Amino acid sequence: MNRRHFLHAWTASAGFLAALLLSGCGPGGGGTNSATLRIGEFASLTGKEATFGQSSHNGTELAVMELNAAGGVLGKSLELITQDNQSKAGESQTVVNKLIARDGVVAILGEVASSRSLEAAPVCQNAKIPMISPSSTNPDVTKTGDYIFRVCFIDPFQGTVMANFAKDTLKAKRVAIFTDVKSDYSKGLAKFFKERHAINGGTIASEFDFNGGDTDFKGQLTAIKASNPEALFLPGYYTDVALICIQAKQLGLNVPIFGGDGWESDKLMEIGRDAVEGTHFSTHYHPDVGSPRSRQFVDAYKKAYGSSPDAMAALGYDSAMILADAMKRAGSAEPAKVRDALAATRDYDAVTGKITIDPNRDASKSAVILRVEGGKLKYLETIAP
Amino acid sequence: MTEFLQQLLNGLSLGAIYALIALGYTMVYGVLRFINFAHSDVFMLGAFAGYYLAPIVARVFPSGSVAGAVVVLLSAMAICAVIGVTIEYLAYRPLRRRPRLTVLITAIGVSLLIEFTSQHRLVFGPSPRTFPQLLDARTLDIGGVAIGTTQIVVFVLTAVLLAGLTFVVQSTKVGTAMRAVSFNEQAAALMGVNINRIISFTFALGSALAGAGGVLFAMSYTKIEPLMGVQTGLKAFVAAVLGGIGNLPGAALGGIVLGVVETFAGGVQGLSNYRDGIAFAVLILILLFRPAGLLGRAQVEKV
Repeated sequence: MNRRHFLHAWTASAGFLAALLLSGCGPGGGGTNSATLRIGEFASLTGKEATFGQSSHNGTELAVMELNAAGGVLGKSLELITQDNQSKAGESQTVVNKLIARDGVVAILGEVASSRSLEAAPVCQNAKIPMISPSSTNPDVTKTGDYIFRVCFIDPFQGTVMANFAKDTLKAKRVAIFTDVKSDYSKGLAKFFKERHAINGGTIASEFDFNGGDTDFKGQLTAIKASNPEALFLPGYYTDVALICIQAKQLGLNVPIFGGDGWESDKLMEIGRDAVEGTHFSTHYHPDVGSPRSRQFVDAYKKAYGSSPDAMAALGYDSAMILADAMKRAGSAEPAKVRDALAATRDYDAVTGKITIDPNRDASKSAVILRVEGGKLKYLETIAP
Repeated sequence: MTEFLQQLLNGLSLGAIYALIALGYTMVYGVLRFINFAHSDVFMLGAFAGYYLAPIVARVFPSGSVAGAVVVLLSAMAICAVIGVTIEYLAYRPLRRRPRLTVLITAIGVSLLIEFTSQHRLVFGPSPRTFPQLLDARTLDIGGVAIGTTQIVVFVLTAVLLAGLTFVVQSTKVGTAMRAVSFNEQAAALMGVNINRIISFTFALGSALAGAGGVLFAMSYTKIEPLMGVQTGLKAFVAAVLGGIGNLPGAALGGIVLGVVETFAGGVQGLSNYRDGIAFAVLILILLFRPAGLLGRAQVEKV
């Protein structure tokens, strides 16, 4: 990896320098004075977690289209500028720098993966540009500073939900945990699950690590099987999860496997096929349940993209809507005023439920548990915070 | 005991694929004395060749049939052989008389060119894809040890390809010429060996094996993406060095050792995070005591 790391670091820093040079020409033509309000979005449109970025982007784009059709915000139409970080580490910082310095955006929306939100957050904080993450659940994301917000629940809650699920529904006491050490999301979720699981009186059969993006997990899975767990908790992202489920099945590790919102993608079933049948995971939203507001969104989304929205799409939509709401209440698109208005959000009626931004700039919301059945995601239950 | 056997089996099947790729590194090194870094990307192209060929072949042979799988494998190998020869012809041949470092840097350039071109959305795009099922995969249970039919195919094919390669290198005219070029290029040329043709042949053979490795890897792990060669290629390169670069049985042995060590490291609680690190630490240890690698002997027969 050394050779590649060196080259990647080099290209990343070259891109950063270029961004700095460009920014020397002054923040681009956007900002608060032009005819449009520029909103920046960074997303993993391609790469390992491509479906996260695409869903989230579709939701965000739909929100912007609806807002513009209704006359825009503060008398100006919104212009969404989207940058792809290819699901790669190091890219988010570069593209967000570019969005702020070159395009002069007034706010940043993104990302799904916590590691990449954590990368961009300091950039936004230093530039004093509000950033709203649609679905990064690691608690550290908003701890970066007072300009960083999110519209989803955080992992201490998700970990609790899944620990209770293991106890009440799976009736599993001895649980093995398999963590992606490359992902802040996975490590955080594993930690909070473990804490709650211990309180619930459960034990840990074994704990193993993998590197996200690996292809061979049999070494770890064989050892997990030998530790005789009653269930396997797998906080990870869908591509890795699908491969792990396939290899677990090949090795005869036939225990219930369950995880968190990182699983949600059609690719999970496409890659995992019958190996992911009967698995469970927690996430933010399911189109089958929800308020009239949610049904309205599902219809609009189906009309625009020809498919049912997933949680990432709904949260992408909410992130843009809550930003527009804050701008309207602030009566301005000035970043400092928008920040204050965002922090003051109370009981906003969003697609994924009522959003109140708490003092930590997180949203306290309920979770849903889904089950993979017949190659589809089936709604099981909703768990309130 | 079952766990031990299972891990050994896991390690062997991973190592078999490393071995196939390592052979390409070691052959090119034997003949030209430089590391062809683009080799790992030929491995990736082999997997993608299989991905695109499978639906076409499935029109003639029913999908899941052995004949269909063989046709896909052989076509992917042929495509990779052509790619390997082309890379050598365009990128390395003009630099034949230049310092070795120039060719090495060019190889890195070719590797990056292939990787980033493949990631463009008009080529393969950067998102992972699911490799089609070439053969019906079943899992057999032998005394508590799970062995997949795909794993058996990987073992058998690796053995067949290794035997074939040994035969070509040791017992045919072109193999003798390869060894002659490896031993002393100028003397071989004076004896009437067509150096360019032999080098092209070496690249064709090595790249075909990488192509086979690509298809077998994709069959075993189902996920393919343009950067899949980076990590796997690096391991295979390490395997080649471990076994003694330039030595064919050494490359195969190095691949197996690396695969087994890596798998066992992955199965130790608290160490699983470092499975790659441990595999490379073993490399350092072995090279400390045997600088020429496990089977490497300084300046004796190299191909």
